[in-house]
Amino acid sequence: MKTLIKEFTKGITIENPTFGLILGLCPTLAVSTSLINALGMGVAATFVLVGSNTIISLVRRLIPGRIRLPAFIVIIATFVTICELAMKAYLPALDSALGIFVPLIVVNCIILARAEAFASKNKVLPSILDGLGMGVGFTIGLSVIALIREILGAGSIAGIKILPGFEPVAMMILAPGALLTLGLLIGLTNLLRNLRGKPNLSRKGGCC
Amino acid sequence: MDLGKIIAIAISMIFVNNFILSKFLGLCPFLGVSKESKPALSMGAAVIFVMTCSSIMTWLIYNYLLLPFNIGYLRTITFILVIAAFVQFIEMVIRKYSNVLYRSLGIYLPLITTNCAVLGVTILNINNFYSGGKAVKASFIYSTFQAFFAGVGFLVALILMSGIRERLELSDVPESLKGIPIAFIVASLMSLAFMGFSGFSR
Amino acid sequence: MQNNLIVSSSPHIASHDATPKIMWSVFFALLLSGAAGVFIFGMRALMVILVSIASCVATEYLIQKLRRKKITISDGSAALTGLLLAYNLSSTVPLWMPLVGGFFAIAICKQAFGGLGRNIFNPALAARAFLLASWPKHMTDFARPFTLDAISSATPLACFKLGKVSGMDELGLSYWDMFLGKRGGCLGEVCIVALLIAAVYLLWKKYIWWQTPLGFILTVGGLSWVFGQQGFLKGDFLFSILSGGLILGAFFMATDYVTSPLTKQGQLVFGVGCGLITFVIRRFGGYPEGVSYSILIMNAVVPLIDRYVRPRVYGVK
Repeated sequence: MKTLIKEFTKGITIENPTFGLILGLCPTLAVSTSLINALGMGVAATFVLVGSNTIISLVRRLIPGRIRLPAFIVIIATFVTICELAMKAYLPALDSALGIFVPLIVVNCIILARAEAFASKNKVLPSILDGLGMGVGFTIGLSVIALIREILGAGSIAGIKILPGFEPVAMMILAPGALLTLGLLIGLTNLLRNLRGKPNLSRKGGCC
Repeated sequence: MDLGKIIAIAISMIFVNNFILSKFLGLCPFLGVSKESKPALSMGAAVIFVMTCSSIMTWLIYNYLLLPFNIGYLRTITFILVIAAFVQFIEMVIRKYSNVLYRSLGIYLPLITTNCAVLGVTILNINNFYSGGKAVKASFIYSTFQAFFAGVGFLVALILMSGIRERLELSDVPESLKGIPIAFIVASLMSLAFMGFSGFSR
Repeated sequence: MQNNLIVSSSPHIASHDATPKIMWSVFFALLLSGAAGVFIFGMRALMVILVSIASCVATEYLIQKLRRKKITISDGSAALTGLLLAYNLSSTVPLWMPLVGGFFAIAICKQAFGGLGRNIFNPALAARAFLLASWPKHMTDFARPFTLDAISSATPLACFKLGKVSGMDELGLSYWDMFLGKRGGCLGEVCIVALLIAAVYLLWKKYIWWQTPLGFILTVGGLSWVFGQQGFLKGDFLFSILSGGLILGAFFMATDYVTSPLTKQGQLVFGVGCGLITFVIRRFGGYPEGVSYSILIMNAVVPLIDRYVRPRVYGVK
């Protein structure tokens, strides 16, 4: 039981995709213009993560090792397509706000990395919890950035105006603001790590 | 076909809507390979090549296979498989025939499969140059040029970034900003500078 | 330490002048243009200048204190950044804008890169671009010269861009007005004669070199003449030079030691590049003025220029 809880919480804390592993950066920067978009993207990615982790874990003994990557990609892409169609049908506004980043969930590195590193080696229940934890962690990371950018850049939270009289720093919701916010937040994470005697964060691999 | 439109696509893809600096596509190789300028050049060349070829193939498949059978919703699955298979194939060919080319270009190919810039440009082609389920006039040519120039924009950002990062190696950057954070801050300021090109007309 | 910095970041300076001397010389030379700005736009301009300088110096002090580094605010570089930032603002901006801009310039664009001599982008210009992206309305509101109340007026370049006027006479301005600074614009860029006096002084003292400014100005003027809005070979050469921030940018910001190339040939390439981008933005871009963006973009190209444009080593082909 304890290990199961740990499978869930590690994605939120030490292996947080955004602030721990620095993965999934492209959607993180692109859709964090407002809290609503960030939550939408987070939920969509969590759905795909949990779905693909479940199926991959179920069929992990049936897939020959040499073609496992293409097989994973097909499974992930299937869930992404389900997600795309569902969003187009029920949430057209969110779908157009997220744009091409909905189909691009398929190349989100977090998902393929979890399939390869976890789901293909573990039983179904831990895999589901791992996917859920990673998805929630990703959503939290995304939301933190979106919250900062939306408050500073538009003076609002989830579209509701706060801070009357504050003239928003419009750059924060533009591209430079996204890059700056993420850079400074990772710098802050590094600072906290350095204070505890740990080295700076680094990235491995070449995927997004 | 209209030369003016192609020039507009070039300016848009390289300067105004640069994939890295304004659309956030392909950030990971951008961060990973921009530490030195030589690999950056090779990576950029590989990306231009893969993007252009993938765009040609996915356009043909979409137009002559997916659309006639009314299975446009399989776009994402088909495109990612085509790109992955193509990159694998090219890597094998290069490895077999040219050792030099493999060492300078081939080793960057696996990094490109899961690069969202490649899949992104193929989807963007379909979004931009199809309307109402039909290809617009000269759609194929525009798509190909869009992919090519998106790759050029990627190369430009990558080369500028690598030059800057080489210089930053010598600097006394605060400890916790070293590495990824300062790269993001540089990218942010580059993106700010490139905003000067926004609103291009004619 | 300071001598070290000079040698590593700007070996093209043959003199033994230390950083503070050069920085303060540029600073005082530029004060003439600021005085003209205050004369033209009123005391409000002075407030903007003072807030901007204070913000930059205070930020530099605080960050160096926090990082437990040697405090170097007396070298004049932060004060110069503050002065240049103010010169790139309208006199009508709310006073919190130079405050925020000064913080951005020093904290993000300079100290995050390791302080003096290490920044890649010109801090004052990056801060201006940040302010323009964030509060475009305040940044494009300009006071009319010699009226104490803030009646907004567009710059001559903006009038041209919007197609309101087609020639100098319709603006109600003469070249002489523009030379003296009787036009709407940023507070330190309007008085061309004051800027030229400062430039001549700095050129004479060999604190700046002619390659970058000349390449920059001639490229903008030449291209504006050949491909001007009025037709082929009918563009207004003088107008393109006297309007906007070209003189200020070309002599005082494109020549910044840290963010420009090391060699003279490199500086010429840098200037011509700036000119080309400025012209393209002015003629085809969305903004009326492109001087600050062009310098920022060329700042990013400097490492490449330094690599490919360098003096031939003696005896090597």
